[in-house]
Amino acid sequence: MNRCTERLYNGLVKENPTFVLMLGMCPTLAVTTSATNGVGMGLSTTVVLVLSNMLISMLRKIIPDSVRMPAFIVVVASFVTIVQFLLEGFVPSLYDALGLYIPLIVVNCIILGRAESYASKNPVLPSIFDGIGMGLGFTVGLTCIGIVREFIGAGQIFGKQILPIADEAAGKAGYVPVTIFILAPGAFLVLAGLVALQNKMKAKAAKKGKEVVESQGCGENCSSCNGCGGKVFPTGNEE
Amino acid sequence: MSENNFKLSSSPHIRDKVTSGNIMLMVVIALLPASAFGVYNFGIPALIVLISTTVSAVLTEYVYEKLMHKKVTINDWSAVVTGLLLGLNMPASAPWWMGALGSVFAILIIKQLFGGLGQNFMNPALGARCFLLISFAGPMTRFVYDGVTGPTPLAVLKDGGSVDSMKMLIGTIPGTIGETSVIAIIIGAIFLILLGIIDLRIPGTYIVTFVIFIGIFGPFTKAHAGFFDPQYITAQLCGGGLMLGAWFMATDYVTSPITKKGQYVYGILLGVLTGLFRLFGGSAEGVSYAIIISNLLVPLIERVTLPKPFGKGGEK
Repeated sequence: MNRCTERLYNGLVKENPTFVLMLGMCPTLAVTTSATNGVGMGLSTTVVLVLSNMLISMLRKIIPDSVRMPAFIVVVASFVTIVQFLLEGFVPSLYDALGLYIPLIVVNCIILGRAESYASKNPVLPSIFDGIGMGLGFTVGLTCIGIVREFIGAGQIFGKQILPIADEAAGKAGYVPVTIFILAPGAFLVLAGLVALQNKMKAKAAKKGKEVVESQGCGENCSSCNGCGGKVFPTGNEE
Repeated sequence: MSENNFKLSSSPHIRDKVTSGNIMLMVVIALLPASAFGVYNFGIPALIVLISTTVSAVLTEYVYEKLMHKKVTINDWSAVVTGLLLGLNMPASAPWWMGALGSVFAILIIKQLFGGLGQNFMNPALGARCFLLISFAGPMTRFVYDGVTGPTPLAVLKDGGSVDSMKMLIGTIPGTIGETSVIAIIIGAIFLILLGIIDLRIPGTYIVTFVIFIGIFGPFTKAHAGFFDPQYITAQLCGGGLMLGAWFMATDYVTSPITKKGQYVYGILLGVLTGLFRLFGGSAEGVSYAIIISNLLVPLIERVTLPKPFGKGGEK
């Protein structure tokens, strides 16, 4: 079981997909206008990630190496379709808010990345936990960004008004929301700020002598990953 | 002959007294007429906005450099210029904290995070102004003049109305604090030109291109101006931030090309963009966006217009 908890820690902290690996930036920047959207997007991705990791790990000995990319895509796309229908049926408001970004989970680089670098080479159980860890890491990242953006940009957190909004017509004093933070530029500002904060904390920890493991895109099993650069697309077949 | 005459040292051998600090101080002085007129025109609120932007710009620079253990550079007046320019670009009715927030953004995010003076990729004051414009669209575009909230002459012009060009020349019109009086701005600009701090290349190309653009495309807008209609062109020239932008912000050393050819290209780009935004854009004004977009293109412009070193080149 030790390997599984290690996977969780790896996904949440050491190789947090949002703040450390910088993967899946497109949904990260686009949907985090509110904390609720961040959680929704994060959890949808987590579900797809866990299921696809599981299935791909099960099929890892059956899928031929030369067509593994299409095979992964088929697996991921099937799960995304299921998640999309479920969201549309049960949480239509979230479905409307996330919109185009749900089908785009198919090409989310976190999911394909984990399938390629972990699930296709490891047993089922660690792969599932790898999916949970990475997915939760992604969720935490998105939620943090969403909270900051929503708080500064609208004075709310999870849709609840925290700061009373100023109403000039009624002469009421209060918080004037900085709208830019729920628009596109705000996503970049907040993401940069949070990454900087996280690096600062890491630097502090390193100074204290704590072990800080430098992240590597392929996880801890680099030995098994060494050849993947050449294996991904055999140069002869490349268009 | 004394031995002193044979001292050897590496170049430069002749040093001028001009420093960044001197230049920035001269820019501050050149901005004073426009600031003074703004305060006269809009009263105490304008003074409060100007003070709040300037003080918080300097303060931000000081605090950041202290915290980061860098050399404190508030003595070079560049933070004052940034703060003052931002203040001149805001309406007098804006609350003081908005100006302070803008200054913090300008100095901290646009200037210091990219490496301080000389490293900023766009004009800090204009970047901050656009930040505020997007964040607080209401307060940043509400222009109160003589107690009445009214449209700026440019907005009137855009809707096909007519304006009084004489008033626009003097500056007794609604608008941001520093942009209204063309005369006050020109006085400052002449001062800078006489000192050799700015030259006519960028502002001249900018304004000429803009006039040509407006003259050709003016007839296609709601204003129904004639082809090269002098009245329409005068109003467009005197209205909005064109003068302030052309003389004081497009000429910023850091964010404009250093090659001569590049400066002409930059000026033409500014003129076309401003004309496009003003005539065919959603809002009546477009100088700030034109300048920051052109700022971003400056590295490209410089690369294309690099002069050939003597002795190199020729046709390949």
